[in-house]
Amino acid sequence: MRFLDEYRDYKAVQQMAKAIRRSTTRPWTLMEVCGGQTHTIVKTGLQELLPKEITLVHGPGCPVCVTPVDMIDRAVAIAQRSDVILCSFGDMLRVPGSAQSLFDAKASGADVRIVYSPLDALNLARSNPKREIVFFAVGFETTAPANAMAVWEAERENIANFSMLVSHVLVPPAMEAILSSPACRVQAFLAAGHVCMVMGFEEYVPISQKYGVPIVVTGFEPLDLLEGVQMTVAQLESGRAEVENQYARAVRRSGNRPAQERIADVFEVTRRAWRGIGEIPSSGLRLRDGYRRFDAEFRFSVDCIHAEESSECIAGLVLQGQRKPYECPAFGTRCTPDTPLGAPMVSSEGACAAYFHFGRRKENGDPILSTAAAGD
Amino acid sequence: MCLAVPGKIAAVLEDENLGLRRGKVDFCGIRKEVCLDYTPEARVGDYVLVHVGFALSVVDEQEAQRVFEALRELDQLDELQESTP
Repeated sequence: MRFLDEYRDYKAVQQMAKAIRRSTTRPWTLMEVCGGQTHTIVKTGLQELLPKEITLVHGPGCPVCVTPVDMIDRAVAIAQRSDVILCSFGDMLRVPGSAQSLFDAKASGADVRIVYSPLDALNLARSNPKREIVFFAVGFETTAPANAMAVWEAERENIANFSMLVSHVLVPPAMEAILSSPACRVQAFLAAGHVCMVMGFEEYVPISQKYGVPIVVTGFEPLDLLEGVQMTVAQLESGRAEVENQYARAVRRSGNRPAQERIADVFEVTRRAWRGIGEIPSSGLRLRDGYRRFDAEFRFSVDCIHAEESSECIAGLVLQGQRKPYECPAFGTRCTPDTPLGAPMVSSEGACAAYFHFGRRKENGDPILSTAAAGD
Repeated sequence: MCLAVPGKIAAVLEDENLGLRRGKVDFCGIRKEVCLDYTPEARVGDYVLVHVGFALSVVDEQEAQRVFEALRELDQLDELQESTP
């Protein structure tokens, strides 16, 4: 086993889909809250394998997509300083800010670099002692242990020219925000497997109980996703609402304790604004006061940020599962990955980009079909 | 963003760069250096899930088989139903 290809096996996937078709009797709407899962679902055409009663909607599972415009404007402003090297994960660079993306800033001379890990940014700080190295730390709980470790190391080694612009977000508060909206049509969640790999899944039990929704911790391969759907539908059909774990090969109930301890040491929970959704209480992380000297927001005070969103973009509704990307009038015409109006069209994990790259409409105007399922 | 890839630990590095526990992890033939600080229980030969250079979980090989056992049972159930008139 390599724990990868086996879960993409065509026959196994078909068999699981058959089991789902057999047990579904009523219409159900399920939401996944992870951009990686959205990408796999649309790319491999899983929706087309499911019975027509089951609708998969895509939640705010792409950290790049939910990073507020003013944060991007702030990153652009910091990147434009001549003493700064600004580093981030690749997806972040093309996201439109009010006036510029980080790529635009790079094109006009700013030193903006893509790194694979925050430890790479720390290495840049070691090898460029005369430059300020700023890491744009975006992500969910999955990425928090890595970013916490980078700050912890910087403190331990006293690397004074390293700092972080933190825009970390947490998944469970966003799920609650979606469930408490009057327009909510989500009846169950596939919880993000790798977020739970770090945090465990105890914190989903009160959400499941309060809102009466099944929550199934689910992996990322096609067979994982279908098994997650199968376990969720089994709960819905029998009237249960529990937290279950499909992804037990990677996720333990209590998660990764050493990682949680390091996160809690470096970060504290704070309110955060989510692009397209608005502010959600206790939905993000910021550096604790003890690590404030590594906080780029304090090190480089950037004022006069007047963030402006595209008025046409319906990313907020897409991120809450209330609209499909192709229901936006600008989808694929005025908004494409080359000329995005909103962030979900930029990141490879954004729902709009996934539908743009892998989806197509049937000619009679029926709902979108993935190219995989259409046999193209 | 939350992508994590399984790889097999080929070596645990004794020379502790950064003071962190590190290892060489093999991803289908490509070897990368990975921080093993969050998986103190991981040993050479274990599969770990790696996200942005950090191993975050050791793959439970027994659990990994479970879905295939469930599918085999479904298969047998199908055959049983098909052979029943």
